[in-house]
Amino acid sequence: MINFQYLRTTSAKSALALLVKDKNSKFIAGGTNLIDLMKRGVTAPEKLIDINHVPLKQIELVGDKIIIGALASNTAVAESSLIKEKLPLLAMALNAGASAQLRNVATVGGNMMQRTRCGYFYDTEMPCNKRQPGSGCGAIGGFNRMHAIFGTSDKCIAVHPSDMCIALTAFDASVVLANNKTERKILFKDFHRLAGDTPQLDNNLKTDEMIIRLEIPTNNLGKNSHYLKVRDRASYAFALISVGAALEISNNRITDVRLAMGGVAHKPWRLTASENFLKGKEATVENFEKAAKLAMVDAKGFGENDFKLQMAPNSIIEALTVAKSKA
Amino acid sequence: MEKQLLRDENDRVDGVYKVTGKAKYFAEYELPGLTYGVLVTSTITKGKITSLDTKAAEKAPGVISVVSHLNKPSAPAYEQEGGSPFKIFYTDKIFFNGQPIAIVVANTFERATYAASLIKATYAKEDFNTDFEKAVGDTKAKKLQGQPDYKRGIENAYKTAEVIVEQKYHLPIETHNPMELHGIIADWRPNNQVTVYAKTQGVKATQGTIANVFKIPIENIQVNSEFVGGGFGMALRTWPLEIATVMASKHIGKPVKLVITRMQMFTMVGNRPAAVQTIGLGANRDGKLTGITHRAFGETSVYENFTEGVVNMAKFMYQCDNVNTQYTVVPVDLGVPIWMRGPGEATGAFALESAIDEMAHALNMDPLEFRIKNDPEKDQQRNKPFSDKNIKEAYRIGSQKIGWKERKNKPGSLVDGQWKMGYGVSIGVFNANRGRASVKGILKADGTLVLQSATSDIGPGTGTGMTLIASKLLKIPGDKIKFELGDSSLPPAPSQGGSATLSTVGSAVNDVCVSLKSTIAELAANSNMDATSNFIDVLKKNNLPSIEVTKQSQAGKERDDYSMYSFSIHFVKVKVHSLTGVVKVDKIVSVGDSGTIVSPKTARSQMVGGAVGGVGMALTEESIIDHRYGRYINNNFADYHVPVNADIPEIEVHFINKPDPYINPMGAKGMGEIALIGFSAAVANAVFNATGKRIRTLPITPDKILATA
Repeated sequence: MINFQYLRTTSAKSALALLVKDKNSKFIAGGTNLIDLMKRGVTAPEKLIDINHVPLKQIELVGDKIIIGALASNTAVAESSLIKEKLPLLAMALNAGASAQLRNVATVGGNMMQRTRCGYFYDTEMPCNKRQPGSGCGAIGGFNRMHAIFGTSDKCIAVHPSDMCIALTAFDASVVLANNKTERKILFKDFHRLAGDTPQLDNNLKTDEMIIRLEIPTNNLGKNSHYLKVRDRASYAFALISVGAALEISNNRITDVRLAMGGVAHKPWRLTASENFLKGKEATVENFEKAAKLAMVDAKGFGENDFKLQMAPNSIIEALTVAKSKA
Repeated sequence: MEKQLLRDENDRVDGVYKVTGKAKYFAEYELPGLTYGVLVTSTITKGKITSLDTKAAEKAPGVISVVSHLNKPSAPAYEQEGGSPFKIFYTDKIFFNGQPIAIVVANTFERATYAASLIKATYAKEDFNTDFEKAVGDTKAKKLQGQPDYKRGIENAYKTAEVIVEQKYHLPIETHNPMELHGIIADWRPNNQVTVYAKTQGVKATQGTIANVFKIPIENIQVNSEFVGGGFGMALRTWPLEIATVMASKHIGKPVKLVITRMQMFTMVGNRPAAVQTIGLGANRDGKLTGITHRAFGETSVYENFTEGVVNMAKFMYQCDNVNTQYTVVPVDLGVPIWMRGPGEATGAFALESAIDEMAHALNMDPLEFRIKNDPEKDQQRNKPFSDKNIKEAYRIGSQKIGWKERKNKPGSLVDGQWKMGYGVSIGVFNANRGRASVKGILKADGTLVLQSATSDIGPGTGTGMTLIASKLLKIPGDKIKFELGDSSLPPAPSQGGSATLSTVGSAVNDVCVSLKSTIAELAANSNMDATSNFIDVLKKNNLPSIEVTKQSQAGKERDDYSMYSFSIHFVKVKVHSLTGVVKVDKIVSVGDSGTIVSPKTARSQMVGGAVGGVGMALTEESIIDHRYGRYINNNFADYHVPVNADIPEIEVHFINKPDPYINPMGAKGMGEIALIGFSAAVANAVFNATGKRIRTLPITPDKILATA
């Protein structure tokens, strides 16, 4: 058997101390992705550090920021009255992901750390630069219906599978990370990486670091927000395209807008050009269409996922339209 | 104290066992000294094993043995020439990716799994093709006749008709994916005594296969399979993996349990074969069909041929004097397919029933009216009357329940914001079979009845149906009746497939009950009791603790005189999102025309399950292969999409519930297959009615909606 050590810890400090002691160790929280990866032989950590008992489960309003601990469960966040009131888009995005059973154990930090669902990544008999750098990309020229259309590289066209991260990207969230010496704070949009030449790296978390909490500035975008997830079945399916859209409208003019897309890139994809276009404009379908078109400037299909070039702008229009219609 | 559950006489007899975990499935049996097998599978698609290094695996902790073609125990049938070339462990050839090439046996499952990962195989690779559609289009690719060509009247008469529809329809590979994983526990003991706990749709078939392969007397083999967690056809044969496990047990002299992985469920236990079909329909302007041509290509394997009834329906389902069919199978380098619910017909019905809808549209007729206009009075293929057919009544009931009158014949007429609504209809049909089965009945003075037959229950509620038949005939409450099945030592019955169990085994139950009743009447008369006396009193009066009888029952001449089918009509309402291409099934009404409904609750469940399977076939299910490697890409439940609850709307089920006067004593016909057959076409037809987009390639995923003009 491939044996591994299992340790349980109750503080972030001890977790980080254990982490640096052994290079081939991993934190485990919900384990909804890590266990699959271990079963499939994609990863084989020698030490699992169970951090479920580390007290990082807070969901609270501090000043003008919402703080969410890295170990708050997806369900706890989605069902929190604070989140439902202040950041309904985040609740919607969370509820669009996985199944109720998975959301009950999956954590915010784990959600950020989940790996791509590309079939080539999971089959150790197939080439995959993300799993085994230099082995090639099976999806390029292969089955790539689920794959990226933005920010791809010739090494990898995988997508990040999270729904939650789409909403967090849209809301200019920050992530607080810590090692056993210090804490640092980065913008959520800088947490995940594009594949580039190093597709094995999903994000910028350093090997000695732990995700501590999220800080999300409050906003006035709650009322007119919508998370649209287009998928092959109504639940428990990864996004073909997802769109997080939030509008602040005053006298039918858009005073603030956030747009981010999932299912299209190696990281949550913020649509800054479309946002900039919409700001100050009237909330009309014509303007939504123009914004959607702007979002697609750099898009590129790989054959089986060419349909996303049409589905993506359509979904942007739909998400904005629904967001606007909410009373 | 256990709470007494309220029980309705129509409830499943094993329902409480199933929901409380008391029902024991094959993998749950614990035998003394049980060991655990894990299969090693080929990572190439075609070629030969040149070496197999098992040393590291054999040395790994807990490993008892590694069995492969290098050291297999004797299986006399495989030592003979001829037969299927894939004789597990008796060949070094690789026929498909994921083919089992060795079984590792260890004292725990985890240790066997790890040791399996240490086995190193090297291969001489050969060129291969797993792409069925490519093989169909390749004039040099091997093609075999799947069924004799059929012709009635003029061949291809549709081509000269006033109105012509000619279209091609594509189905991908579908994988059965029952919840329960496949496998077996095999216990080979001294003197060639074998006991197995199997997941099988036929205990007698499993027993026979093992006897054949190992050339041991059939009575040496005991097969147990009381509960089966879904089969849908994939457990209708004894697969190489089961023989491998029996070999391993024989080799080590200990019981071995094998449960394969979900990934292995995609390669080792069959699939619904991919198909490409062309339908040609001709009609006159009044809407009478003048010609039907159905040509189909179906997937098969290179090492074993598989055929099914893809083109059957075209021969009799519509009144038409000119019909011709052709069915060709095309081998590819994949595991051999097997029947999957509604086998053949479900594939054929998607094409035919889509084309019928296309013709109705071309004629500007309501598709329901078009179907009624072409409803056959008799079976033109066999030139016989139907034993029982109530399709027009089923149309009437179903159309009323779905709200067909709201439907507009012009596609795209019903709009609600970005959603477009549409209605679709389709027919399903399947041969109403009746085979031969034996049942033993033991009527006891304590007021109970035990019925025994070596049949199976893969989920439809066989025990419940049989109990209801007996309960009604002998006036014994259901909870005093026990129907025993899933045991090869019981009186023989066929495998559970082709919607025949209720008709076949139920007839024997009927005969047993009739016989018991007459014996009781005789005993009553002989002991001067009233003819209406209770059997308990009669047995007691005669000092008999019990009486028993075994009856074999089978069809008679009635099958020469009548054409016997079960029918279903599926009505579907869908909405389709214009921007995203998402299809939502809004309402389902399925009407079953399958004679007497013996067991209303389980019959309804069958129809509901068929509708859910039909939604999957129509909208989500597809097994995807990367043809560069010959490997499945979506071989797990996250990526192979069976419908979830959120995909399934209200399902209304209705039955005609009139006895078929000829088929069997109950007048009941099977309905497991018709629950699914035709359903996918009803969805595709509804999508067309909603959008004007005709999707001829399943599944109808959002990308296909967007890509279709």
